[in-house]
Amino acid sequence: MRRPDGQAKVRGEFSYAGDLHAEGMLHGVTLRSPHPHARLLRIDTAAARALPGVHAVLTAADVPGDLHFGLTLRDEPVLADGVVRYAGEPVAVVAAIDPRTARRAARAIVVEYEPLPAQTDPTLAADAEPLHAEGNVYRHLAYECGDPRARGVVTVENTYRIGMQDPAFLAPEAGMATPTADGGVRLEVATQWLHSDQRQIAWATGLPPEKVQVVLAGVGGAFGGREDVTLHTHACLLALATGRPVKMEYTREESFLAHRQRHPGTIWLRHSADASGRVVSVEGRVVLDGGAYASTSPVVIANTVTLLQGPYRVDNGRFEGWSVRTNNPSCGAMRGFGVPQAAFAHESQMDALAAALDLDPLEIRLRNALRRGDTATFGQRFTQPTPVREVIEGLRAVPLPPAGGKLPGGVGRASSPGSVRRGVGYAVTMKNLAFSEGHVDESTATVSLRDGHATVHCACAEVGQGFVTVAEQVARTVLGADTVTVTQPDTLIASAGSTSASRQTMASGTAVHRACVAVRDRLLARVARERGLDAGLLSIQDGAVTCDGTPLVDVAAATPGHTVRATEHFAHPPTTALGQGDVYVGFAFSAQRAVVDVDVELGLVSVVQIASCQDVGTVVNPTQLLGQIEGGIVQGMGLAVMEEVVVVDGHITNPEFQDYLIPTIVDAPEVVSVYVTDPQPGMPHGWKGVGEPPLCTAVPAVAAAVRDATGLPLPSVPIRPEHIALGIGTPPTVTRTTPRPPATTGGTALSEEPADRPGTWESEGAAGH
Amino acid sequence: MDAEISLRVDGQAHRLTVDTRTTLLDAMRERLGVTSPKKGCDHGQCGACTVLLDGERQLPCLALAVAHDGAEITTADGLAPPGELHPVQQAFLDQDAFQCGYCTPGQVCSAVAVLDEVARGWPSHASTDLTADPELDHDEVSERMSGNLCRCAAYVNIVPAVQQAGGRS
Ligand code: FES
Ligand code: FES
Repeated sequence: MRRPDGQAKVRGEFSYAGDLHAEGMLHGVTLRSPHPHARLLRIDTAAARALPGVHAVLTAADVPGDLHFGLTLRDEPVLADGVVRYAGEPVAVVAAIDPRTARRAARAIVVEYEPLPAQTDPTLAADAEPLHAEGNVYRHLAYECGDPRARGVVTVENTYRIGMQDPAFLAPEAGMATPTADGGVRLEVATQWLHSDQRQIAWATGLPPEKVQVVLAGVGGAFGGREDVTLHTHACLLALATGRPVKMEYTREESFLAHRQRHPGTIWLRHSADASGRVVSVEGRVVLDGGAYASTSPVVIANTVTLLQGPYRVDNGRFEGWSVRTNNPSCGAMRGFGVPQAAFAHESQMDALAAALDLDPLEIRLRNALRRGDTATFGQRFTQPTPVREVIEGLRAVPLPPAGGKLPGGVGRASSPGSVRRGVGYAVTMKNLAFSEGHVDESTATVSLRDGHATVHCACAEVGQGFVTVAEQVARTVLGADTVTVTQPDTLIASAGSTSASRQTMASGTAVHRACVAVRDRLLARVARERGLDAGLLSIQDGAVTCDGTPLVDVAAATPGHTVRATEHFAHPPTTALGQGDVYVGFAFSAQRAVVDVDVELGLVSVVQIASCQDVGTVVNPTQLLGQIEGGIVQGMGLAVMEEVVVVDGHITNPEFQDYLIPTIVDAPEVVSVYVTDPQPGMPHGWKGVGEPPLCTAVPAVAAAVRDATGLPLPSVPIRPEHIALGIGTPPTVTRTTPRPPATTGGTALSEEPADRPGTWESEGAAGH
Repeated sequence: MDAEISLRVDGQAHRLTVDTRTTLLDAMRERLGVTSPKKGCDHGQCGACTVLLDGERQLPCLALAVAHDGAEITTADGLAPPGELHPVQQAFLDQDAFQCGYCTPGQVCSAVAVLDEVARGWPSHASTDLTADPELDHDEVSERMSGNLCRCAAYVNIVPAVQQAGGRS
């Protein structure tokens, strides 16, 4: 089935948030801090207000409700209050008759700053002067399982570094707020999570939530970067202050400054294994730089730390992590949500172990593969299908691509064939699905059917992932509807949660499915009543109501002029806090093989092919599934060899596509995708989220292939040309250890207190290196 | 400073007064309400705004409106009559060559121009023989479409879409 919004999208008729327009609308513009850390001594808006065409100039003093917002901690001011904590922090907003006047007014605002030292090193944050009343540690967590001191015959350790990645959705942030007759406000905006926006706007405006209506405007990509509020509240405040519709639209540069990035991080890992390659113990420490405000940093760090074990059985280990506050750009959700960082580190370690033991990289992974019934390091049992061996075997069956092809570097930087080496690398990962740690994961849908036309209403944000296709497909299949309308999501229906965490097909797809089933049952009951038949014999097949297999009447003509409607809710079984049971709703597993050509002289990488075998539950829509997998792989490849937001002294130095390189069509590898289908329990047809695993796996797979081609350790991503050409990066320390069986077995113990500050635990010693 | 210009966009004639610093993209989007060309960067780096200007593909975010007085512009929305699809648009739909769709109007306009350039025998950096007629193979299509970013990375389906529209599938 094709995308129902496809025709409008290929014609350019589909309306995105940036295309919004209303008669008499004003344009909003944001004044941002040029300093990563400074005291605000004085703001004078008089000159700006006096400019003709300016309707409002707002600062923190003009926020009628609560100044602070945030997805976890409410630590971020809507407009800077007394101090700015990152370069680009909003200080004032302006509404004027056109964008140019608004920008001129913003420039006319006089702000006096007293620059303060910028605290930009996350490893020092815990002990540094607090940057905020809430302190510098968003979250610290530590736990042990079994006996972390258990050792096998070989121990490898290294420190890995992951750079900051920008979601870089192609449509910059945009939205339009309109005052409503009841004194409230209606915001049309490109977002991932309508109800979360509504709640945070209500805080700042001081309005009751029901007077803040949020409606989804066309979304040009999201990838996590639209989970946080950016211009949403500002547009609403300006609309309420002026009594006119106010449109806001960021430039690309502003977009880089304003939305949350993927957390850069440092991960130290030590793996010990026996002679057969079985992992005996794992110890890991993570420091993620959360930047100036919390966003989802407390949740992301838990993902990184708990998934450090990878898709492998680990009985003994200790794990610790910090996400911390600095004066760097704020980080939050991005596709993969803390897992790509963990995946890069644990897969690098598996390869290091394989090399130390002279084992095949897939063989060592097979020997350690998790199975159903195993227990995670964090205490959760894998009770659902756990097809780790299956994805590895499925991948192994895909033939390698032929040698040759185009040289790395492309136009104008051509490599000479003599310096090009081919490399092959593997990675296997585990990604948790849906919300976690006791956060309710739910959705609600209303479906109505009249004369064969179905209408689906759900607050699930379509961001390009294809929910509207899934909803329409379900309504056609279950109800036999001729036509289906998926109405624009809004906050008039209950929350569908965020379009993130690979969760919407599972949560909102199931809510739609349930509502369709309820409508179908009501329709059949009515037909049965009217015709004096047994409802148990009726079903819907190929658009007709059938009795015991014999068509009775078309669905469209079954109950003329009568509307059948149902609202249904879905919630996953509740999850628990870390260490108390099922922290996650479920997991998906993915294996990839990357083939690269590397010019070892120039340091240029061309990713030739990525083969993927992914555990997908069941295939809902094969075309869209493939699109999600290819899209994830290309973004993962971006993080592995191209993309990094470069932050120097708190300033982003490359906030545009000229210098922040996202993969082009020439960079995109051939993708060969095969699947393991093992239906997810509790889901209609066994649906499972698919959007994030391909990204998580591509990062370590590509890095491993470049290592294979170059023989270099390459412990950091993105791998830059100079890392290859100059051989930058420290190899893992390999120690031959005396085997030490675990003194205790089983159990996960949580410790709230840090053992000591971020850094590393005691070294295994250089002996045998 | 203002200037009066005339533009023909998707077959419709417009006369308008613009500030001389106004880009062709802003003139279309903000003054004429023509929103089919998208603004992804405003700096000529993403290709989302690609249109056909006097028959060739151009980035209107890099062009000043005053420099194109009298120009004939076709956007994705003007490639086919309302309710119908140009063969390139049909191919993008058939091959699922997009997700969020924000890059798509620009991709479609680029692809239309690519097919025209190939038909005229223009070589690209990927062409192995500069004198032969270019083949619509994978490398040739990729090279010619490489000015249009797609963050959803629908690239793997864009190549077959262009090939389908070019009569090679
Ligand atoms: S908006 Fe014109 S190239 Fe990006
Ligand atoms: S389809 Fe989203 S940017 Fe191309």
